[in-house]
Amino acid sequence: MGYFYPSTGIKSTQVKGDPNEQVLLKALANNDSKAAETIYKDNFNMVLAFILNNNGSYDEARDIFQEAMIALYQKAKSDSFVLTSQIKTYVYSICRRLWLKRLQQLGKTTNGIENFEAIAVEDDVEIHERRNAELGIMDRALNSLGEPCKSLLEAFYIERKSMDQIALLFGYTNADNAKNQKYKCLMRLKKLFFSQYNIGE
Amino acid sequence: MEDILLLNTIERYLEGRMLEEEKNFFEELRTSNPAIDQMVVEHKLFLQQMDEYAGVKNFRDSIHTIHSKLSANGEIRNTEAPEGFTGKVVQLWHRYKKVTAIAASIACITALFISALAMYFSPANKSQLERLSRDIAEIRKSQIQTNNTLKEVAKPKIPKGATLKTSGTAFLIDGKGFLITNAHVLDGSGAIIVDKDGKEYNSKILSVDHASDLAVLQIDDKDFTPLKSLPYSIRRNQPDLGEELFTLGYPRDEIVYNMGYLSAKTGYKGDTSSCQLSLTANPGNSGAPVFNKNGEIVGIITTKQAQAIDVVFALKSNNIFRMIDSLKNIDTTYKNLKLPTSTSLKNMDRVSQVKKAENCVFLVKAYNN
Repeated sequence: MGYFYPSTGIKSTQVKGDPNEQVLLKALANNDSKAAETIYKDNFNMVLAFILNNNGSYDEARDIFQEAMIALYQKAKSDSFVLTSQIKTYVYSICRRLWLKRLQQLGKTTNGIENFEAIAVEDDVEIHERRNAELGIMDRALNSLGEPCKSLLEAFYIERKSMDQIALLFGYTNADNAKNQKYKCLMRLKKLFFSQYNIGE
Repeated sequence: MEDILLLNTIERYLEGRMLEEEKNFFEELRTSNPAIDQMVVEHKLFLQQMDEYAGVKNFRDSIHTIHSKLSANGEIRNTEAPEGFTGKVVQLWHRYKKVTAIAASIACITALFISALAMYFSPANKSQLERLSRDIAEIRKSQIQTNNTLKEVAKPKIPKGATLKTSGTAFLIDGKGFLITNAHVLDGSGAIIVDKDGKEYNSKILSVDHASDLAVLQIDDKDFTPLKSLPYSIRRNQPDLGEELFTLGYPRDEIVYNMGYLSAKTGYKGDTSSCQLSLTANPGNSGAPVFNKNGEIVGIITTKQAQAIDVVFALKSNNIFRMIDSLKNIDTTYKNLKLPTSTSLKNMDRVSQVKKAENCVFLVKAYNN
């Protein structure tokens, strides 16, 4: 499918990152919503234009862009993270790659309109997709758990509430009982999770 | 129940909430019991996955919020007209609006650049300098009033059916009735002279030199009584920087006095034939004489800088000598013309100086018939 990846559009030499952007990405990794907002504001219209120009809709553009934001967030959080290009170039390249893949799956073609020069991000997209698949296992495991286990575990692990708060919220007489229930749920979740997640991989 | 206890223990171990003693004991247990060791590894991995899952889920929620916020504020685009409803033109516009925008900006910049070039290279006095002659519209307004007062004195001397073009100031350089004014004041076919009391005299335009912006007029009227001598003189040498100066002119139909000083020895853009003054001058002051404190004429007011306050340019008085000298050589009319060389205004107070000089300063009205 070389058709989708014209060699002219891919820039193999990588540009050194800007120190200001390095700071921005560090803030993003630390869950600073201001940083996320800045990056969002600076890049969304560019990606939207690209996807609208290439047979996409507004909603598709939003989904693809948010996917790229998550990829950037995960990359920024990882220990081995180094910024080798501008955020704009990186986000555009990820979105471009994700969108071309999506078009390929849908059997559509691109109009071949490029806003920018892209850099090679195949590896990053692959890593991102593998991680997504792993997170999908967790998601499915949690969703097949049933209530109140799902809400209880989400309150503890995602919303990061304390056991006392959880006890109050779910109506347990004390935190110890809530904790007991949480461990029961956790064991079920783990069983469900590891039935799909192969630890050897 | 035992499993829960074990899970609790592993969790406490992984979170580092164990006491030193308990931790040592548990680590020993891990090494001796592979099943427990496996459970610890497994749980650690599970918690990592859970942590990442939670992080991504929270982040996804936060960017959803950000999206709604930014699109509500209009900081990012928030609509795209559904595909089915967009016409071909709209689609083309979506596709090529960048190109269009770039083309429009280039056109814009080019236009600005060209007009800037045009402004830069066009003659300076069109944009930067204002001539100080009054134009027709303004004169018309005040003409009615002037005429009213004139009727009492004498019949107006302007030929019937003639239209007033411009007005300015002129001053005597010879008691016999020779006057100097600016060439740009005489924007018409004829001119009349009005003295400070509103009395009108017919005049002849003798010579107009647009290059130096000077013109010579002669009063040609039997009502005019020649003066034996003029109270002021015309200075041959350059004026001095900082010299105190005053002027008499007709920005209105009445004579107006103004004072200031010489602020630069050259005129607009280094023009050496003129100099820069700091005083107040208005349309109508063109051709007005500039006196120093001894009553010597050092210049003739010509223009002012358009975008600056009190930046006025005056032609240096030596230009008068140059013009009259060259005219004498070619025309016998000027044979008897004698420029005043001595001033009687020296060491007088300003009020007396003005009183004497104002009789020799006239309003010029140029007309077309």
